Amino acid sequence: MTTFQLDSDRLTEGIDRLHGQYRVIGPVAEGRFHNFRPLQPGQKPDFDFRNTRMSAKQLVYPQSQVMAEYHLDETREDSHILKEVLPDETPRAVFGIRPCDADAFGLVRRNFDTEEYKDPYWIQAYERATLVGLACEDPCRSCFCTSAGSGPYSTGGLDALLVEDPDGGYWFQSLTEKGERLREAAGWKEEAGSGVEDTIAERKKAAESRIVSQVHTDQLRNQATLDLYEAPFWEDVAFSCINCGTCTYLCPTCWCFDIQDETHGKKGCRMRNWDSCMYPLFTLHGSGHNPRGEKIQRVRQRFMHKLKYYVDKYDNGIQCVGCGRCVQYCPVNIDIRRVCELMNQRGSTGAACEV
Amino acid sequence: MTSTREEIVQNPYLPYPVRIDEIVTETEDKNLKTFKFVFLDPDDEKKFAYHAGQFAELSIAGKGEIPIGIASSPTEKGFLKFTVNKVGLVSSHLHAMKVGDVMGVRGPLGNWYPWEVLEGKNVVIVGGGFAFTTLRSSIIYMLENRDRFGEIHVVYGARTPGMLLYREELAQWESRDDIHMHITVDATDDPDWKYNVGFVPPITEQKAPQGDGDTYAIVCGPPVMIKFTQPVLDQKGYAHDHIIMSLENRMKCGIGICGHCNVGREFVCKDGPVFTLSQLNQLPKEY
Repeated sequence: MTTFQLDSDRLTEGIDRLHGQYRVIGPVAEGRFHNFRPLQPGQKPDFDFRNTRMSAKQLVYPQSQVMAEYHLDETREDSHILKEVLPDETPRAVFGIRPCDADAFGLVRRNFDTEEYKDPYWIQAYERATLVGLACEDPCRSCFCTSAGSGPYSTGGLDALLVEDPDGGYWFQSLTEKGERLREAAGWKEEAGSGVEDTIAERKKAAESRIVSQVHTDQLRNQATLDLYEAPFWEDVAFSCINCGTCTYLCPTCWCFDIQDETHGKKGCRMRNWDSCMYPLFTLHGSGHNPRGEKIQRVRQRFMHKLKYYVDKYDNGIQCVGCGRCVQYCPVNIDIRRVCELMNQRGSTGAACEV
Repeated sequence: MTSTREEIVQNPYLPYPVRIDEIVTETEDKNLKTFKFVFLDPDDEKKFAYHAGQFAELSIAGKGEIPIGIASSPTEKGFLKFTVNKVGLVSSHLHAMKVGDVMGVRGPLGNWYPWEVLEGKNVVIVGGGFAFTTLRSSIIYMLENRDRFGEIHVVYGARTPGMLLYREELAQWESRDDIHMHITVDATDDPDWKYNVGFVPPITEQKAPQGDGDTYAIVCGPPVMIKFTQPVLDQKGYAHDHIIMSLENRMKCGIGICGHCNVGREFVCKDGPVFTLSQLNQLPKEY
């Protein structure tokens, strides 16, 4: 792998050169937070953030998305027939995704891209995007990516990675063909000096050591599902939850959605919208019966899905990348790290909760 | 770059357009109607190859979709049938639609009753209320392939004679000697009622054969019926992997993606709706 050297000007010039071939997206400061927004020609991505407030999932899987459209005008031949609407096919170049958020795409893909069914909206949006990550030097206190299958320099799900050069500027590494094409289009040609790979490896190690918060997940697979499900600690975990759904909304690995039709006059569209297992309506039957009508059942579902059902179903780790958003923004301080420890330690004695 | 459009042959969220060909009001309370659909494009019928026990999303532009068990049998060609209870937004709108109206059907979805396993075995069907739809499909399928199954028993109950689905077909099956019908109603004041009176569990106790390795029960009905039928089947010696059930849960996508019907590691829509009782014993009771 070749590493390229970019000073700040060259980074900006290169990104600017992409307009026309790509829709360019990057982090932009919005009040006290950063979020991903389309960048205008001349506009720089703002890398002065720890992590964006909303995760990068919305770049591939928007909060609301039209899936199909229809006409109800009876005089039309195609009245009442749903027609596919696929997302804009223009390639997109996204700068500044934190590695944890990028790893989330790999986890979520197992849900949207299966042997039997392929979700064309998710797959197309992901395949049409070139994702340029930004290695993480300054983690939040709530970050625990290194024990959640990710890390501050993790490259999963990314097409290229930017690493901050402490002497100014950035190093750029292409990870896929898409990443390489973007580099060529941006005109970044200056190779970094020899020894840069070692420097990056050292910086990576140092960044990883700054992630001090950890979860243990080694026993989750061995736990009996129904034993975990019936564990007494759920009452305590759920007690303060207000079912606001912030955790599922900010989570880069939460993928559940609702489907609704929206009609204006004689035409309309079928769209999907993010949904949340925190809401009672999520499982309400037409009969009025609700299998998860109680708050404790919904809180348990969120954690059991991420830390047990997903683990068992895919045998590929937990459905969490350790970005820490749910920990940071939960209004009542429910902490997935603590719940994970409770679940992992279930049945063993004497182990103390570290967080 | 691989072009994903070529890889994705079919958008699994798009329904096949169908026309309503016939509407039959099944029950005296008029809350259950059977809709017969014909595909607008005959080629779509071939793509919609299904097995008894599967379901589909009935799709009405502007209203939404509802997951409904397929009541027709794969042996019946040229149409699909669904019996729909009037409950919510989509089903109420469907009940107000007319023959000739165009809508959509998306599927077939989910797994089906394990016909490979049931081949050569005795099958006892226990059904209650309007959960009899995929059981109708199954009975017709088995009768069309009669030599592939052993003894067939059907215990089917409703509140009153007027609440039984498919009454003409029930009468036809009653007159056959290759299927043992045990129709029952909770109560009736009809002096001409010539079948059983009583709830499904006691009738099952009286009429169903003893369980053994070669006998499977398919149980489909309201929770209260299932709750009281299970001890009866246990007592009769049915092993839990010989008791087959079909679940319902709130669903949206029907293809195991949207997350709504998740129970444990399973999605009712894709990994189910058919599970054996032994499988269900391993899952949280969130259905």
